Amino acid sequence: MKILVPIKQVPDTATQVRVAADARAIESAGITWIISPYDEFAVEEALRIKEKRGQGEVVAVSLGPDRVKEALRSCLAMGADRAIHVNDPAFADADTLTTARALAAVIKQEAPQLAIFGRQAIDDDMGALPAQVAELLGWPSLYWIMEEAIAADGASIRAGRQVEGGLEVFEASLPCVLAAQKGLNEPRYPTLKGIMGAKKKEIKDLKAADLGIAPEPPQLSVARLESLPPRPPGRVIGGDVHEAVRELVRALREEAKAI
Amino acid sequence: MHVELTEEQEMIRAMAREFADKEVRPIAAEIDRDARFPRETVRRMGALGLLGMTIPPAYGGSGADAVSYVVAMEEIAKACASHAVILSVNNSLYCEPVYKYGSEEQRQRLLVPFVTGEKIGCFALTEPQAGSDATNQTTLAVRAGDHYVVNGRKVFVTSGRESSAALVFCQTDRGQGHGGISVLIIESGTPGFLVPKVEEKLGLRASDTAEFLFEDCRVPVANRLGDEGLGIKIAMSSLDSGRIGIAAQALGIAAGAYELAVAYARERRSFGVPIGQHQMVQWMLADMATAIDAARLLTLRAAALKDAKKPFGTAAAMAKLFASETAMKATTDAIQVHGGYGYIKDFQVERYFRDAKITQIYEGTSQIQKLVIARSLLGGA
Repeated sequence: MKILVPIKQVPDTATQVRVAADARAIESAGITWIISPYDEFAVEEALRIKEKRGQGEVVAVSLGPDRVKEALRSCLAMGADRAIHVNDPAFADADTLTTARALAAVIKQEAPQLAIFGRQAIDDDMGALPAQVAELLGWPSLYWIMEEAIAADGASIRAGRQVEGGLEVFEASLPCVLAAQKGLNEPRYPTLKGIMGAKKKEIKDLKAADLGIAPEPPQLSVARLESLPPRPPGRVIGGDVHEAVRELVRALREEAKAI
Repeated sequence: MHVELTEEQEMIRAMAREFADKEVRPIAAEIDRDARFPRETVRRMGALGLLGMTIPPAYGGSGADAVSYVVAMEEIAKACASHAVILSVNNSLYCEPVYKYGSEEQRQRLLVPFVTGEKIGCFALTEPQAGSDATNQTTLAVRAGDHYVVNGRKVFVTSGRESSAALVFCQTDRGQGHGGISVLIIESGTPGFLVPKVEEKLGLRASDTAEFLFEDCRVPVANRLGDEGLGIKIAMSSLDSGRIGIAAQALGIAAGAYELAVAYARERRSFGVPIGQHQMVQWMLADMATAIDAARLLTLRAAALKDAKKPFGTAAAMAKLFASETAMKATTDAIQVHGGYGYIKDFQVERYFRDAKITQIYEGTSQIQKLVIARSLLGGA
């Protein structure tokens, strides 16, 4: 079974995000880049499906500038068989629909039985791609997946998605799109052997033309980014303890409206 | 001159750091308190390929270079120095010599399971009267047909109780002095191989340090590593490599304590400002950062020389000397930055301080490193 895993490279969760001078992007200097954590669940699940079935191919895909190769190489180190890098300046301003069209074109070329995404990237939290790609392909899509089991004949999948207070189990025909939720699995560390072997695996570079598409101007663009206002400092209520408690209760009720 | 790591070495650092932060750091205080050998995480280090990093894939290893080994060691030691020494001994003092001097049969039998983490190995050189004076060996191995009969005592064997096999340095020909020293690989459970004692230590408390007693212990000749009389050569070449590992461990201890000190200096307030705003604290942090960087460069240089197959013994001695002195100084200052809180166990830095001390002592004391360095400067004079 061939499984395609689209991934996104995002700033490390520990990054101190600063808004760039033009207020439309973040300052990228000094950022450590990682694979978006939900996408790691997707890579892990794809590897587990391959291992469980004893055969198959896991292909990692990403769209982005040169630095994205590092993230793809990490997928290869985890165990993905090969990678595809859609690396074309024409996609520099891509919105989610443009990205979805590019990924759908890759999927059409590769013809996998399954495409596993993370449920959203942790940088802009759009969560739009899995549904948009599925729509473009005419495939079913299932979000917030916590567990899955593919039928022995490889024709269908049963997947449980997280809903308030429980699990909702669906059956879908393959091919289909899954979007992984935290809890689906515990992603493996790349082994040293995996890291050493990653450079021998293929990362194929594709341009828009290779996919037979001409990116259109984005229909969605960032108008402005704003930093959150700094949190107001805490307040220490001093003085006599009885007075202080009375003041605390008053402040909680009248100012914070917490009680 | 390049001082940047390759993408692959960066990936190895990232993997080791993530593993150390998620699996090792959370148990470091507890295994130190209980002096408990962390079998579970050691096995996981084996599965990740960290226990026989430089051994070729044909023997279960990853064929990584010495620079990668330093980078991984530093990250593990930042979280827990006990894990780091278990790693170092298995890599540098067991797997490397067995690979380098072992026969094909020995490599299959006594190397492969020790690379994968199924088993771990140790290195038994020191005797009660033979520490820095390592050639003064009294453990005796007398040839009797296809066996040697071993009698003697070894002390301070890192990972001694937990190991499945030990490189044991023995006199096979007393008349030859230190030219008569040979190495036998003695497997645990061999009759006459006893482990009477595990030491109570100041630091590295989760690594077990054992005493070995050999009483008419019969060891097959098939377990001799290299020819008779090759013992001191094997010991010295293993220790040259081992020093790179210990330098990296010391570097990690220093860097780990430094990171804790920086975090504390940002958080803790006195006289109305974070203590990092005080010049005296800044002074200590700046000195720590500078010395740690120097130790890292010395250690990476020694590793890079080894990778280039150039002589690296002196560079390794310099790295080990400087990194271990830096570890002691940096952990002392990290406690100073923490003030009274640094002296209690809640804040971890006291463990780094206790762990640092041994790096000035084992695999050649700081004094022995100076001797090694001076000899290389002066030649035979």
